[in-house]
Amino acid sequence: MKPRSMTLLLAAGLLLAGGVHATAAEHVHASHAWIRVLPGNLPASAYVTLENGSDRAILLSGASSAAYAEVMLHHSSTAGGMSRMTMVDSLEIPAHGKAVLAPAGYHLMLMQARKPVKPGDTIAVLLKFTDGSTLATDFIARPANALNDGL
Amino acid sequence: MKSRYPLRPALLLLLVAGLLLGGCQHTQPLPFRLTNVTGHMPTLAFTLTDDQGKTVSAADYRGKVVLLYFGYTHCPDVCPLTLAHLHVVMQRLGKLADGARILFVSVDPARDTPAVLHAYVNAFDPRAVGLTGSASDIEALVKRYRASFTREPSTGDGNYEVSHSSAIYVFDRDGNPRVLATPADSQDDLVHDLHLLLDTGVAP
Repeated sequence: MKPRSMTLLLAAGLLLAGGVHATAAEHVHASHAWIRVLPGNLPASAYVTLENGSDRAILLSGASSAAYAEVMLHHSSTAGGMSRMTMVDSLEIPAHGKAVLAPAGYHLMLMQARKPVKPGDTIAVLLKFTDGSTLATDFIARPANALNDGL
Repeated sequence: MKSRYPLRPALLLLLVAGLLLGGCQHTQPLPFRLTNVTGHMPTLAFTLTDDQGKTVSAADYRGKVVLLYFGYTHCPDVCPLTLAHLHVVMQRLGKLADGARILFVSVDPARDTPAVLHAYVNAFDPRAVGLTGSASDIEALVKRYRASFTREPSTGDGNYEVSHSSAIYVFDRDGNPRVLATPADSQDDLVHDLHLLLDTGVAP
């Protein structure tokens, strides 16, 4: 075998290995990440759009942030004129699809800010997937009466 | 059912005044786009504590168009979204918005003190007022509008979750129920109907 083909084969092999071992986080692209900041020590909500570039569904299992004592994955729903919030274990990001965490739906509930978070701040949040991988994402803090990420 | 909420004397006076003036806008139903609840719900009545710590009653808001909403401050998603939408609606009304008040009634009076409510409602709109009170006074108001709420214990540090009615009850300047808005209704429709109430409403 010529050295050149050898190199190509090696490269292909490495790519393949990379594909097999790629973590869920490596296939997820996060955008429109923002936090609705509420006054005082009230819990806040975080929203983000997650796109999955892989052939397999990926499950978001939760998140954490150094800026908050606790982060939970929640879902708000309105049925029969009643609004309620429930905790969920995971959220599926379909293969080559996306999951949108947005007001009145899925959101991350951020509890007990370690120090006051102000609109305009950037808060680092670690998104966690069921394979154990994580994706560090910067969330922009927005005022209480914001309707979106403002971008 | 009808006899439970007879035509109030004030409304009668208004009707008579309208007829005398030869105008007919008060005698004809307003062309609301949202669910018209005129005559189908009790007039605005309550005695609660506002976000300044002052005892207030519905009479304090006569002369204002009232948007009544039940919620709680530890609700980080739906309640803020509703209040943020109402803020946009108020902005779209421009100067007319001064004739309206958003009354945010807490269904979680144990945690929602006037101080907490004050910071909360002011983060949304200067025309929003937070109301709290005894559990029984809140319950009475909730029942009066056939709204409801429940408390469910949540996992973790003694926190609990609350489910609550999502509707926004709109009252005219005389405290009469006029329309019911839900989060699914468009902002345009709410702006339209508030225009009707604020344009034709009786001046304070």
